[in-house]
Amino acid sequence: MSNAQSTSPVSRTMRVDVYERWWLWIASSLILGFLAIIVASSVLHAVHPPSHVETIDPATARTESEFASPGVFPQPDGSTLVVMVAAMFTFDPETVVVPVGEPVRFRITSPDVIHGFQIAGTNANVTVIPGYVSEFEVTFPRAGEYLVLCNEFCGLSHHMMQGRFIARSAREEDP
Amino acid sequence: MSSLVDKSQDSSGNRLEIAHFAVAISAFGLGAVMAVMQALSRADIDVVFRSPKVYYLSMTAHGVLMALVFTTFFIMGFGLFVARTTVGGVASERWAWAGFWVALGGTLITTLAILSGTSTVLYTFYPPLMAHPAFYIGAALLVIGSWIWGGVMIASWRRWKRSNSSPLPLAMHGMVAAVIIWFLATSGLAMEVLGQLIPWSLGWVDTIDPVLARTFFWWFGHPLTYFWLLPAYVLWYAVLPEIVGGRLFSDRLARAVFVMFILFSTPVGFHHQFTDPGISSIWKLVHTVTTYAILFPSMVTAFTVIASLEVGGRLRGGTGVFGWIKKLPWRDPFFLSVALAMLSFTVGGFGGAINAAYAMNAMVHNTFWIPAHFHVTVGTAVTLTFMGASYWLLPRVTGRELALPRVAFAQPLLWFVGMMMFSISGHITGLMGQPRRVYSSDYFGSEAAEAWRWLTLMSASGGVVLFVSSLCFIAVLGTTFFCGSKVGMVPTRFARSLEPLPETAGGFDRLGLWTAIAVILIVLAYAYPIWQLLTLERFGSPGFSPF
Repeated sequence: MSNAQSTSPVSRTMRVDVYERWWLWIASSLILGFLAIIVASSVLHAVHPPSHVETIDPATARTESEFASPGVFPQPDGSTLVVMVAAMFTFDPETVVVPVGEPVRFRITSPDVIHGFQIAGTNANVTVIPGYVSEFEVTFPRAGEYLVLCNEFCGLSHHMMQGRFIARSAREEDP
Repeated sequence: MSSLVDKSQDSSGNRLEIAHFAVAISAFGLGAVMAVMQALSRADIDVVFRSPKVYYLSMTAHGVLMALVFTTFFIMGFGLFVARTTVGGVASERWAWAGFWVALGGTLITTLAILSGTSTVLYTFYPPLMAHPAFYIGAALLVIGSWIWGGVMIASWRRWKRSNSSPLPLAMHGMVAAVIIWFLATSGLAMEVLGQLIPWSLGWVDTIDPVLARTFFWWFGHPLTYFWLLPAYVLWYAVLPEIVGGRLFSDRLARAVFVMFILFSTPVGFHHQFTDPGISSIWKLVHTVTTYAILFPSMVTAFTVIASLEVGGRLRGGTGVFGWIKKLPWRDPFFLSVALAMLSFTVGGFGGAINAAYAMNAMVHNTFWIPAHFHVTVGTAVTLTFMGASYWLLPRVTGRELALPRVAFAQPLLWFVGMMMFSISGHITGLMGQPRRVYSSDYFGSEAAEAWRWLTLMSASGGVVLFVSSLCFIAVLGTTFFCGSKVGMVPTRFARSLEPLPETAGGFDRLGLWTAIAVILIVLAYAYPIWQLLTLERFGSPGFSPF
């Protein structure tokens, strides 16, 4: 019985072993170091996860908002605006072509259930929730064609929901 | 003391524990069958009954049965065992049975709802995916049953405290901490299930706000992982040193660890919602800080537990810097399980630090990295500890000798090897962009999918090894329970600490006070962002059942 130990007549202040004390310092320094890196990169370089706050009526999003005509819209400053609808079980537009090295701003919403928009192998990854608009900006430094997939379960054809994302240099011709 | 000893041999108490373990192991067995089918399906290997409907249905069942039923019932049973062996029994066996039957009833209702095909919403059940109301009602009953158990555990602790001024036995200290975390966690779940999902699925309200629901879900979902972990830590701190013939290195730090989990396990949920719209980045950053704080007690645990093992290894005659490791009882299935569980948890800890890393999370969010991560944490650190603990517990609750000792020795090795195959390849394919929760991951032969193909096969093979290990586990438990030779009840001894305990309880035993502080931290972490969410012009969603 563990209770036996508590009846011990010895009562003295418990100490923390010197090695353990060292480890406590190392562990807390490590954690503070991690946090310092995260906070510094978010404050100094504005590195944040996609955290856009904007609501939209999912019942009318596809008829009465910018999401009525989704597409890829090149902007005067060279950047690109992508307005996208993620719905069971397609991304609209399915193929997105953007110039390499220029910012791409995505605005995505869902008229039905939650979807995930991910450009496979990159950190372009956002949850798309009905009633809300997900917005984030990415820049693709290298040309290439990427698989776009849904990474949140949205129904029995969830694994079929995919698209293409192509970043290419300005010189290349349209396909 | 003598009355305590008598109570610890009380057979009705044992029946209570056996009933809980039986439900836990049955849920585990069913979940394991589902798991091997899923591992093969993901790699596009055709197995019988393979179809998207069966795949996603069985994935829902696997998640619910493993993460919610197996864990909860095992922890309830283990908690009752700890109460019986440390504080002289549970305060009310009648209420403990009531908790058991309510939780079992809820489990059966939810399981039937899933198997009927009307509730394929996965174990995260994010609305606006809508399950049959029975799914939510059953889940609520499971939790209500566990609340009754939690009440019995708290009452048992308070009853003991009235006649004892000494520190609470460490195993019970950890289990009461787990109960407190469970109450803090499930308060979020109750708001989601009772306040949103049940009324909505019954048609009393037309729409639901998915972001609010996800916020409540992850208020619950992260501390849930510490509800799983703390009983494993109790076994590491309070049983393992005794098994190796050593001493607990520091009783005080163990208590400090349990208190830190009470404080920091709940106000962290937004790190599961980093990619969500509707939540501002500053609150995600606040939750990042608290998430890293929760890393600290696990790092302390790593030191204390390994130091306790070293004490044991040296008392067994080990010398040199590493010589003591060889002297540890590697042939003991409980020790072997826990040692491999701890090894696996170091991988999981590093992975967890990456998941929590605010912006870096976008690289892994909802990729296969995530299931790979939680299969080395809850799926191995916790589950393998529970498996090893079953080999230790069974003779102590049934009075039968452990049967098939060679199988019991091979089982944790198989589990570890299988899980490493499953998880290491899974972490890599996750970084390549392979999503979690997909029936097939070939994406019509796309280039990215070709690249992760052989690693997915590796992960599927790991799934087969894990299934063999599961069969071994059930074989050992079943044979022991039904055919093990009766040797009488084995006495339960918990680890003594290196330093003698003080005569009176200290600050870390004031669990009520720490709980009050934890509630304040939860309010600070959640009140303002939830208020912000509620003041938006929000448009709810009707339900969808695309399954």
